Amino acid sequence: MGNIWIVTKREFASFFATPVAYVFIAIFLMLSGIFTFFIGNLYERGQADLIPFFNFHPWLYLFLVPAIAMRSWAEERKSGSIELLMTLPISAAEAVLGKFIAAWLVLGLALALTFPLWLSVDFLGEPDHGIIVAAYIGSWLMAGAFLAISTCMSAFTRNQVVAFILAVVVCFLFVVSGSSIVLDAFQPWAGNLILDTVASFSFLSHFEAMAKGVLALNDVGYFFIIMVVWLYASLIVIEQKKAD
Amino acid sequence: MISVKNLSKFYDHFKAVDNLSFDIAPGNIVGFLGPNGAGKSTTMKMLTGFLPPSEGEIFIKERSIDSDAKAIQRDIGYLPEGAPAYGDMTVWQFLHFIADVRRLKGAHRKERLYDVIHRVELGDVLNRPIDNLSKGFKRRVGLAQAILHDPDILILDEPTDGLDPNQKHHVRQLIEDLSREKIVIISTHILEEVAAVCNRVMIIADGQLRFDDTPEVLRHRSRFCNAVSLRLSYAADISGLAELDGVDEMEIDRKTGLVTLFPEPGKHIFHAINEYVTQRRLPVDTLTLETGRLDEVFRDITTAEVANG
Repeated sequence: MGNIWIVTKREFASFFATPVAYVFIAIFLMLSGIFTFFIGNLYERGQADLIPFFNFHPWLYLFLVPAIAMRSWAEERKSGSIELLMTLPISAAEAVLGKFIAAWLVLGLALALTFPLWLSVDFLGEPDHGIIVAAYIGSWLMAGAFLAISTCMSAFTRNQVVAFILAVVVCFLFVVSGSSIVLDAFQPWAGNLILDTVASFSFLSHFEAMAKGVLALNDVGYFFIIMVVWLYASLIVIEQKKAD
Repeated sequence: MISVKNLSKFYDHFKAVDNLSFDIAPGNIVGFLGPNGAGKSTTMKMLTGFLPPSEGEIFIKERSIDSDAKAIQRDIGYLPEGAPAYGDMTVWQFLHFIADVRRLKGAHRKERLYDVIHRVELGDVLNRPIDNLSKGFKRRVGLAQAILHDPDILILDEPTDGLDPNQKHHVRQLIEDLSREKIVIISTHILEEVAAVCNRVMIIADGQLRFDDTPEVLRHRSRFCNAVSLRLSYAADISGLAELDGVDEMEIDRKTGLVTLFPEPGKHIFHAINEYVTQRRLPVDTLTLETGRLDEVFRDITTAEVANG
């Protein structure tokens, strides 16, 4: 446990030692504002909720989360510091978790800094605060799922650009797997069972309910399982390929 | 304390390390010598648990690296090749991170940090990001990191690579100061380094152990060992030197005019030559007893197989 915390602390500090975290948070706040007001029409709807804000999160995360995760392992590999890290008495699992938690905390911080929106809605009307809290938690969980995928892609390569592109592609597949873009590829040959399974991987459909404030066990469980599976995959990739 | 048995490492079909076996006891300062790509770094990576061996076993303090890697890594200080570190951290932050990982606490932590910073002379750069440091300082940060927890086993992969002569001297001094009861393994391709700090030399070529003994024995392998070289101020008849008792052969370098006399095995010829020169009043400028040329022995040992094969 202690080791995870040590790695998390180092990684978290490193996000703020470089401009990465500041740029990320600034862009996240700007984009989420733009989406919410100009495309989501928060004011014009005349409803005291944050649904327009949360609905755009999957699309924001699609590009921003791979950007924040791309360096996590690719850079270790490129600079050779992975050799240092792996020969310290820290296990690979602790390192993976530590790095993941640090980035997840940065995402959480970015999300928390959108609180002025919440205040505005509260000032203008009477929103259901429970729903908003639930939606925030849901959004953070989904961010974690994006992050776990991106971490794994970063573990595959020493090139950050490759890591970013791979992560965006895989995340995109997960986001749209419930839509015709992906399903059409399965339609001609796969049975309904496979179609339903593929469709059920969709981040969008799992987040849909969460954005409305419903934290159902299957949605929460889904995002947790995605995180566990992809982090475990990262661990295997790192163990296998650490010296390449 | 370190025991390696039949260690091998394959990359696809390439054999990087080929059936190495050796033991290293406390107090040994081992110089790992070999040409580039000989398998030195690969061996070190396996000793530190970074790479799993393809075959063979490594025991460190009676624990197997397979099952007890983390416990073993606690006892090892390791400077990887190129001294990688987290460049965005300052030296101070980085050393504190390592102190955290090494579980140094309280007064002991303070004392260790102070001691290491003082020893490696990092005082002036503590608040600079590691990325902005010169190569020599980066290397020193790597060294500081490796010795911070005062490990029993210190493994340094090319610790003096890229340092200037003063810094090299300093690092050697540091290693000598450390290593009373410790195991130190240094890889290098600088031969004087081995002669200067190590009490044991292992030469690896093509993944195989070619030589394992003290630097003195290595020196004695050289035909220049105990040879006598002299330089004349003007031409004179020196043919008599070759006839002296114990002199095996005389070589004259036409370009430099350096005369080298090789002894028969086990013979000491310096005094006889000295006497001869004095008696005949030969115009000798310099008269030196050679200690053996390591670079020549190194070439012989590392290229032997290729020549035979």
